[in-house]
Amino acid sequence: MIEARSLSKRFQDKKRGEIRAVDNVSFTCHPGKIYGLLGANGAGKTTTLRMLATILEPTDGTAIINGHDIVEQPEKVRSCVGFLSTATALYPRLTSQEMVEYFGRLNGLDEPTLKKRIDEIFNRLDMNEFRDRRCDKLSTGQKQKTSIARTLVHDPPVMIFDEPTNALDIMTARSIVDFIRECRDRGKTVIFSTHIMSEVEKLCDTIGIIQSGKLLTEGTLAQLRDKHGEHDLEEIFVKVVAPHYVAEEAR
Amino acid sequence: MSARNIGIVYRKELTEALRDRRTLITMFVVPLVLFPLLSVGFGAVITAVIGKAKEESPKIMIKGGEDSPAVVAGLKKVEKIQIVPLDPDWKNKIINKEVPVVIEIPAGFEQNLADQKEQTVTIDDYEGDLKSEIAKDKIEKYFHDYRDTVVKERLAARSIPATVLKPFELKQQNVAPPEKSGGALFFGGFIAYIVVFLCLNGGMHPAMDLTAGEKERGTMETILSSPISRAHLVFGKFLLVLSTALATAGLSVISMGVSFAIANALHTKPIQEGDSGMTFHIGFGAALSVFIMAIPLAVLFAAVLITISSFAKSYKEAQSYIMPLLFLVIIPAIAAMIPGVELSAKLALVPILNVSLLCKELVIGTYHWNYIAIIFASTCVYAAVALFLAIKMFQRESVLFRS
Repeated sequence: MIEARSLSKRFQDKKRGEIRAVDNVSFTCHPGKIYGLLGANGAGKTTTLRMLATILEPTDGTAIINGHDIVEQPEKVRSCVGFLSTATALYPRLTSQEMVEYFGRLNGLDEPTLKKRIDEIFNRLDMNEFRDRRCDKLSTGQKQKTSIARTLVHDPPVMIFDEPTNALDIMTARSIVDFIRECRDRGKTVIFSTHIMSEVEKLCDTIGIIQSGKLLTEGTLAQLRDKHGEHDLEEIFVKVVAPHYVAEEAR
Repeated sequence: MSARNIGIVYRKELTEALRDRRTLITMFVVPLVLFPLLSVGFGAVITAVIGKAKEESPKIMIKGGEDSPAVVAGLKKVEKIQIVPLDPDWKNKIINKEVPVVIEIPAGFEQNLADQKEQTVTIDDYEGDLKSEIAKDKIEKYFHDYRDTVVKERLAARSIPATVLKPFELKQQNVAPPEKSGGALFFGGFIAYIVVFLCLNGGMHPAMDLTAGEKERGTMETILSSPISRAHLVFGKFLLVLSTALATAGLSVISMGVSFAIANALHTKPIQEGDSGMTFHIGFGAALSVFIMAIPLAVLFAAVLITISSFAKSYKEAQSYIMPLLFLVIIPAIAAMIPGVELSAKLALVPILNVSLLCKELVIGTYHWNYIAIIFASTCVYAAVALFLAIKMFQRESVLFRS
């Protein structure tokens, strides 16, 4: 379970002064459910997810992930989280198997458990053909599978996906979407950010719309339709975000 | 500190480093090729060039001297020179290195000698040109001997003993052991410089690759999402950079010892040979001492390299930060080669210069234990500070996610 409590992140910029990348954001994600964080570029999605993954430290507020506080126990949080984004690349000179082994070991798995887990994941994701191939020689799809295996190796109960399908071809993006769905079906708590409406409609149990670092609205797709009087998610998004977007542009 | 996690990071970084061509080249090829080239190759080439120039009989022109047949006849008898007719364009012949030397004998030279009049013989040469220098030395020696003979004859004619002009002899005698003086002193400094430089060079690429390179490739975010603490992560990376720096320094020392042994065995009179004609070699003890003193220096370099390059956004940016560091290291290392710059209590606290000066002494077998202790301790302190900064750097979001 993920419970974000008034999460805030401010950055100092030499030209623009203080930037509120995330401003007092609170939400809850439940096991076996997918929470979709929908927002335009620069809305604060990545910063929010990086804070949840403890890559960044919140300026104010906190979040509790599987009973661990992200500020107080970041290492414990990381051990129960699988984080995947298009920015989380692979080590080019390691083989696909070495890459997954490395993260398994860092997550504290002993060698027999690690071997068992790797065989299991490599069979499930059909990765045996390229398990000894260096990551810099893999195709985009094979790289993505290796990244997935890396996030799954320690079988984390919480999965965080930051725009995982960004700039991927249709087939690779589809395999990622299937993987996210599979995580939910296995009872994991899943949060993922995107700006692609169709993915949100297909996958998310709860949708949060974020703009200028603020969580403007949240609910199931049906709840959002009722609340904003629109059927199409894109229309709902524009209706919610537009006033803030215009104000931000004016600034 | 979790040794397990540090070990995991170190093992992974080592695996990657050993598959990286650039790391392998700086770690193995440079020390294993550079020293043999410097000692055997370069030494042999220099010896051959000098030997050939000495064996040649340079063509020498004489301007004047028609009225001084004895001097000209004497010159013709000098070994390994050829007297050729004067060319009117003799100055250009020297400039074009066709003739190494022209001797200008003043008119009425022998008559003036007899009359005891003051006069000057001029040797026109090409300063800095090896063949011209060798020819000039031969001519100079001839005229010095000739002048001494004339002086002796004049003194004898007046029944004055030669000791009137030379009341005593002045003799210089080197009491320092041959392996610790002359060329050995200079070359000790040179070896220290090479070891210091290669030690830094060995750690440079891995440090940039493991920090700025990771940011550039996007693997930094990947590793930061794993449960390892940032201190452990930095420590694992630091140990890898230290290993490559030490491996480069170690291989340099081994290569240095083996190369000089081969050079001496081949009698190529390598460049380390001093004026006294002794053969210079590096003993096992000296090589080991140089390597031991390179350890704290490598720790310092590894920590500084990690700190600086982790600030950069890309490998290229890291390179531009590291270049000034290269000069900061080279300058004190070169300063250690300057004659007269010796170890003192103050200099023992100056990083890099202290180790370079000490290595210079160690190579020739001199052990100043008090300085060794100061240098080892001070370098360890500097290294610890640099490592602390590297860990702090990795804990700053503004550094890790600089855009």
